[in-house]
Amino acid sequence: MKPETLSTQERIMLELRELYLGYGYRPYKVGKFEEYDLYMRNKKFLASEKVLTFSDTNGKLKALKPDVTLSIVKNAKDDGRTQKLCYTETVYRVPRNAYGFREIMQTGLECIGRVDDYAAGEVLMLAARSLAQISERYVLDVSDVGVLSGVLAEEPIGDADCAKLLSLVGEKNLHGLAATCAELGVSELTAKRLSDLVLACGPLQQTLDRVESLDLPQTSRDSVAGLRRMSDMLDAYKIKNVNLDFSVVNDMDYYNGLVFRGFVEGIPSGILAGGRYDNLLLRMGKHGEAIGFAVYLDQLERFMEQPAFETEALVLYDEETDPLAIVRATETLRARGYNCRVQREDEPCPTCREIVRLTKEANT
Amino acid sequence: MKRMINVALPKGRLGEKAYALFARAGYDCPELLEENRKLTFENEAAGVRYFWVKPSDVAIYVERGAADIGVAGKDILLEYAPDVYELLDLGIGKCRMCVAGPRDFSDSHTGILRVATKFPAIARRHYAAQSREIDVIRLNGSIELAPILGLSDVIVDIVETGKTLAENGLCVLEEIEPVSARLIANKANYKFKGEEIEALRLKLEEATRA
Repeated sequence: MKPETLSTQERIMLELRELYLGYGYRPYKVGKFEEYDLYMRNKKFLASEKVLTFSDTNGKLKALKPDVTLSIVKNAKDDGRTQKLCYTETVYRVPRNAYGFREIMQTGLECIGRVDDYAAGEVLMLAARSLAQISERYVLDVSDVGVLSGVLAEEPIGDADCAKLLSLVGEKNLHGLAATCAELGVSELTAKRLSDLVLACGPLQQTLDRVESLDLPQTSRDSVAGLRRMSDMLDAYKIKNVNLDFSVVNDMDYYNGLVFRGFVEGIPSGILAGGRYDNLLLRMGKHGEAIGFAVYLDQLERFMEQPAFETEALVLYDEETDPLAIVRATETLRARGYNCRVQREDEPCPTCREIVRLTKEANT
Repeated sequence: MKRMINVALPKGRLGEKAYALFARAGYDCPELLEENRKLTFENEAAGVRYFWVKPSDVAIYVERGAADIGVAGKDILLEYAPDVYELLDLGIGKCRMCVAGPRDFSDSHTGILRVATKFPAIARRHYAAQSREIDVIRLNGSIELAPILGLSDVIVDIVETGKTLAENGLCVLEEIEPVSARLIANKANYKFKGEEIEALRLKLEEATRA
């Protein structure tokens, strides 16, 4: 198969599928529609709360899937066995600050059941290798929400104020963090810890050295120790370009522990997002632990170079041309491995490497 | 290898003040202030490329990666909530996002409050936090006129000195948030030009203190 036969999205999708299958993740297909109720109950888990809905023939309100993980978790067997699943699905949602619904192709994987250090490290490695498959110029930012939640747990502040502080950490907004801590009456120690964590950003191993020397509560230190174990595993896998960055914050109602986000140079927003979501399982009445990630393939549309030609060979004919001559010409070109397009001479020509004229003018 | 940083500056007085800070921090580009038809301005040695855009568009240029960094008012950031890093408060263009209305206004909570504003998201969020039902009247300018002509009960707008309000019999009823110009950065581009952007941020921070 010629490389140009596949679009960038299709090629990456196949390569990632091969990668995930290679580590024993089983392909999983979910339906295009889902009961709207599932999204109503888990709105905050969704990237956008807007959902495309319609009434089914039985009158039930259905939605075109805005997310895959919720459907997988809903259908996951609660039998204590660990399931490793991968998928490629189309989801329908309104991207941030966009004006309408978009059809978004995403691929990803989920590990549901028991998530020990090995399983978490394997998922993290697959996230990094997914990015490497797209471009060698990638960065995987990792964090553990337990580090920040451990710091915030020391303060008598409510969920809304915690969310406000986390949002400022997510913006790397040190001035806003200082002002809000003062406004909320947060202790100087906690304010300092938060700003130290925002500033602790860089290559995973070295930055962990810095974070380990910070004055942090024990629960945060436990989470840092977990990050160190992940770092050692990534080293063993020889994974590069992984940064520690506490500005990766996800909703704590759903996520706990490891969270990560992937970037590729040339794509202006994150192309991969994932994390540990035991809390989602709990909210859905399931037992066990879960981790996974999604790669947003729609972001690749403008990423790769366009082919230099729309077609390799262009065969032109007019009303005088014998159709059998066209057949002979195209079959010869195809036998040589050329992609060819046949059209009348008076139509607009696409860009091509070679032109074959079977017109009256060419024959005289 | 040093990479060029693309900087979106807001057209107008705020942008000129912001550029003065960049210049003081060592990222000058004198042709930026000349009368000409150029759209982008470069100082290759300093590693910066500037362009002027409409103030409300800065966040869009940065969020979508056309600019690596930019200078945007906190009012714009609060309204559009772009997914960007907010790296520094530049301390210029200081004003307040306020609820203002007639001096004798008192919200009786008997009906829907009519709020005229250029910032519908900020107004909605502010009143939603108070569980107050409002009718947002989206205007593009001369907001102060709305309560005078009875188009709205109050307005949500930025207030610098309060002089325009006072001259029209209005006053600040509630302060929502202080506003000033912020240095913002595209999250993805920050990953790949982080060293250059951080160096610039530190120099700008020094310049704002000077």
